[in-house]
Amino acid sequence: MHGKALPYLLLMPATLFLCIFFLYPFALVAFEAVTRDGAFTLDNFRTMAGSWKFPATVRNTLLLAAIVVPIQLAMALLMASVVARLETGRSAALYVFAIPLGISDLAAGLIWLAIFDQSGFLNTLLSSLGVVDTPIMFLGYQSKLTIFIAVALAEIWRATAIMMVILVAGMGLIPKEYYEAAEVFGASPWQRFVRITLPLLRPSLQTAIILRVILAFEVFAVVAALGGTNLPVLMGETYNWQFTLQDRNVAAASALLILAISIGFTLFFLRVLRVPKEARI
Amino acid sequence: MSAIAEVPATATADARKAGDWLLIATAMLLCVWVLLPIYLLLVNALSAPGEVTAFPKRFFPSFDFGSLSFFIEFAGVARALWNSVLVATLTMILSIGFGAPAGYALSRFAFPGKEAFRFLVLMTRAFPLPLLALPLAVMFIRTGLDDTAIGLALVHTTLALPFAVLITFSLFSGIPVELEEAAWTLGCTRLQAFRKVILPLALPGIAASAVFAFTISWNEVFAAAVLTIENRTLTAFLLQSVGESPLYLKFAGGAALVVPALIFIFAVRKYLFAMWGIANR
Repeated sequence: MHGKALPYLLLMPATLFLCIFFLYPFALVAFEAVTRDGAFTLDNFRTMAGSWKFPATVRNTLLLAAIVVPIQLAMALLMASVVARLETGRSAALYVFAIPLGISDLAAGLIWLAIFDQSGFLNTLLSSLGVVDTPIMFLGYQSKLTIFIAVALAEIWRATAIMMVILVAGMGLIPKEYYEAAEVFGASPWQRFVRITLPLLRPSLQTAIILRVILAFEVFAVVAALGGTNLPVLMGETYNWQFTLQDRNVAAASALLILAISIGFTLFFLRVLRVPKEARI
Repeated sequence: MSAIAEVPATATADARKAGDWLLIATAMLLCVWVLLPIYLLLVNALSAPGEVTAFPKRFFPSFDFGSLSFFIEFAGVARALWNSVLVATLTMILSIGFGAPAGYALSRFAFPGKEAFRFLVLMTRAFPLPLLALPLAVMFIRTGLDDTAIGLALVHTTLALPFAVLITFSLFSGIPVELEEAAWTLGCTRLQAFRKVILPLALPGIAASAVFAFTISWNEVFAAAVLTIENRTLTAFLLQSVGESPLYLKFAGGAALVVPALIFIFAVRKYLFAMWGIANR
């Protein structure tokens, strides 16, 4: 009897907490999205999708995630492999790679603003190299491409560390004997990485990718700091509907759209990277 | 074995040496990629206001504290800093306290309702949670939790709890259940086996998820701005007062967000490193 009750006992605090502080307000937001003045309607979604900014908003958000996340995955794997193989300076490297973990997206936006600003360091570098005569306006309303690049760089810089730490933890759990055996049989470092590290890292890869993809759809403060309203993204538009346009019903509809996209991708990665229980280390 | 033995010894040594150099060069390059943008922000923060807006820029700080003292003398900065620390610490305690038991239950037991809970947790991650602060603001005013550290910490825990559950889940999954079973056969109770066998192995990872929890709260802007008025956290304070302010104030504020983050990650670096150390078992 005790054994059967135990898992429920362990889950109870978290479940109760999530019911009060997640499900309840979530229900309120969902209710607001499909009603207006108490009556059921889909007008909120129509208003949202009818906005002239909407297509660009969806495109920017998806494109940003599609470009940023694969690069981050590759960099996080590289960083984790470097940390795992370093003989000296391992803890120093791990510390340095983990630094962006503690840095707020607002701060990251400000950091890259120092580089891309018109009087910033990139312009200083370019003009001292003689590439440009006068400083270029990278973040003006006419330079959407450079804003996009700046935001992508800031996102890659900021959020790779989250994946890296999860992957380092995962790599630490792979028994060393597998690598020793592979070395005995003459496997190259690359073969060891592809045949041992990647398959055994699957649970950590799954966690890292899901967390990162969902966060990518919530990109907000970096864009606000670097592009203002010149690069509309979903989260920023939701904020706009809530505060600038003072329409919480449309804001709720916009929030539900972000939710739908995120859940879609979560289910996709759960399926694609699923780990059978008997295959876990 | 024979395949390796046939390769001349010098060629293997040369290849290994080249590999080592490549490894060190990669590590250096990645460190520069992480540190250089932070350095540039600090150059701005440690320069006089006039230098920050000047062009071209110097790549070394003039160690003029004009920008910083302007920022620090800005009313309310010290208090905002204290509020940030308080809220983040409460968030850390709440999310590990609720999340780690749930992560353990998910990794060790098969029981009806397990998938439902997993789904609940993942769904939490799939929602732009800061937006839930809006309906919660009304609820908090009714219960007297508005504008308090614990109120904001509860919302930040909604953000951090799924991380804690997911990370501790993959952590406990990586620790063989046989270790625990061995402890039971040797006469340990379930609790003793957990404390003496599992906890020491899991502690570094739990510390890592505590880093996440603290970081998430420290960095969160939106909910903090919505839920606090008098007791603003540093991010909410910056968002409010730095919005239209001059560049040098933005960069000094950014530095004020970044430097504690550097110190915090430095303080837990041993846990990050110990996490790697699991591989040496």
